[in-house]
Amino acid sequence: MRLTAEERGMLRGARGDTVRRALELQLEVGKFYGARRFVPVTNVHMMGDIEVMGDGGLDHLRRLAQEKARCEIPITTNARCFDFAHAQRLGQDAVEAAKERELIGCLRRMNVMTTDTCINYQTLYQPRLGERLAWGDTGTVIWANSVCGARTNFESGPAAMAAAMTGRVPEYGYHLDRHRRGTFVVEVAAALDDYAEWGALAKRVGESHQSYYAVPVFTGIKRAPTADQLKHLGASLASYGSMAMFHMVGVTPEAPTLAAALGGSRPKEKMRITRADIDRVFAGYRNLDGSCNFVVFSGPQQSLLEMKLLSELFDGRRIHAGTTVFVTTANGVLAAARALGYAQTLEAAGVTILEGVCVYILQNLTRMRAANGWTNMISNSAKIVNTITAHKFNTILRRTRDCVDIACTGVFR
Amino acid sequence: MRKSPVTIRVDRAFGPVVEGEAVVSDEGFSPRYDLDRWSGVITKPGHQLEGVNIRDKILFFPTAKGGIAAGWAFYDIKSKGIAPKALIFGVTNPVMVQGAVFANLTITEGWSRDPRKCIRTGDIVRVDPGVKTIRLLERA
Repeated sequence: MRLTAEERGMLRGARGDTVRRALELQLEVGKFYGARRFVPVTNVHMMGDIEVMGDGGLDHLRRLAQEKARCEIPITTNARCFDFAHAQRLGQDAVEAAKERELIGCLRRMNVMTTDTCINYQTLYQPRLGERLAWGDTGTVIWANSVCGARTNFESGPAAMAAAMTGRVPEYGYHLDRHRRGTFVVEVAAALDDYAEWGALAKRVGESHQSYYAVPVFTGIKRAPTADQLKHLGASLASYGSMAMFHMVGVTPEAPTLAAALGGSRPKEKMRITRADIDRVFAGYRNLDGSCNFVVFSGPQQSLLEMKLLSELFDGRRIHAGTTVFVTTANGVLAAARALGYAQTLEAAGVTILEGVCVYILQNLTRMRAANGWTNMISNSAKIVNTITAHKFNTILRRTRDCVDIACTGVFR
Repeated sequence: MRKSPVTIRVDRAFGPVVEGEAVVSDEGFSPRYDLDRWSGVITKPGHQLEGVNIRDKILFFPTAKGGIAAGWAFYDIKSKGIAPKALIFGVTNPVMVQGAVFANLTITEGWSRDPRKCIRTGDIVRVDPGVKTIRLLERA
């Protein structure tokens, strides 16, 4: 890689040992991908919690904090595995909770803003077209690249922290024009509405095209999606397909036309998604034992608009005896939802609102599932329907209204 | 040990030279969605490798799935002593690469011939990132 004088100095230790090691990590990744240079970044978003890091990661953070490592670029944190206010009631491990508190302390000492949200693009920072970032959590990355036209690769926790310390990333992948062109076309022949339908579309497209470098171009959109619909589409594409970018002709900034989205290249394939294809996704789930006592609105965290919709759907109702409903959101959204009364409506219905977390990364979730007799998890999020299966849930995607009805009646449909 | 002509060239590679037992999968992999990170066993119901322990194995996957978590996961499973020796991907994503570099775990991407057609689970293989090759050392 071609290095600047400043970067060569960093590798010699001019900015300390911690920065030297951070740049060395980035250099190896850059060499792997054949990057020619580093490029500066203006915003960093990292995933770091005890469930994902483990003790090894916590030891690493302790060392960094001890070395007085300091992040120079604004850096925020993703959803974590504990909402401390609910930890005991959820049967989460007190020892792990203490580690999580220590971990948060380490991050704050290193100048990390522990915001605990996976919807930073809705709540914290809206990058501009062409802005270079180092974001982690795949849902944030695909949003930044696709909806904002900003440029970032998937940056995992250690890589994001390195970027915040060095102020740069190696230029490969989605920093380069050639990877941002659409690679295949998806004609959407159905008018999609519910978040779960956008997620179902993403499931169809992502599962059949698993590749970080696959960039679908959606055409034929009859009803342009809202921000939250784009959120569910993107998060699910990233989850099922490991994808980091999509275009939507006439909707996303680098796709004013199909030709522009394809950037002069020929699409490798054209697929067509019909209403029947979407219906088949919903019909494809099986309820293993007839139970429907665990309903989740999470992954990604809920925006204020989603909180409002849920409060309207749950208004005046009670969740069925023996059913648990989790809603997760960011602290700022929750404050607004409380000020507006949405949170109180949800809680009056018996919904548990968890702050700063995502359900599929909750510490102790596998044992929580067993202890509560949760066989099936029902959600309107196609992403969490995919990700939570590691905890041996059987999962079922349903539209938002259906999820609320199932939660309140105890009857599966 | 019988010398074998089976050699795969890879496009990109990082890490130390390793030898070990191959596990070849048709299905992609995510250390977050598919793996129990306390036992090292692939636990995702229905995954082609469900029940397989990845410790000290050389894992062949056509693709990587999802997740930013791999960035910490490889370091974590390495510190727990249950890490694989190498990850061989057809197509991977940067998180896997960042995570492997952070954990100093051998990783490669891209292959000149499909390992599913020339390497079998249980074979002993050697991965040499310096010369970007994977060589079959011994048939199972």
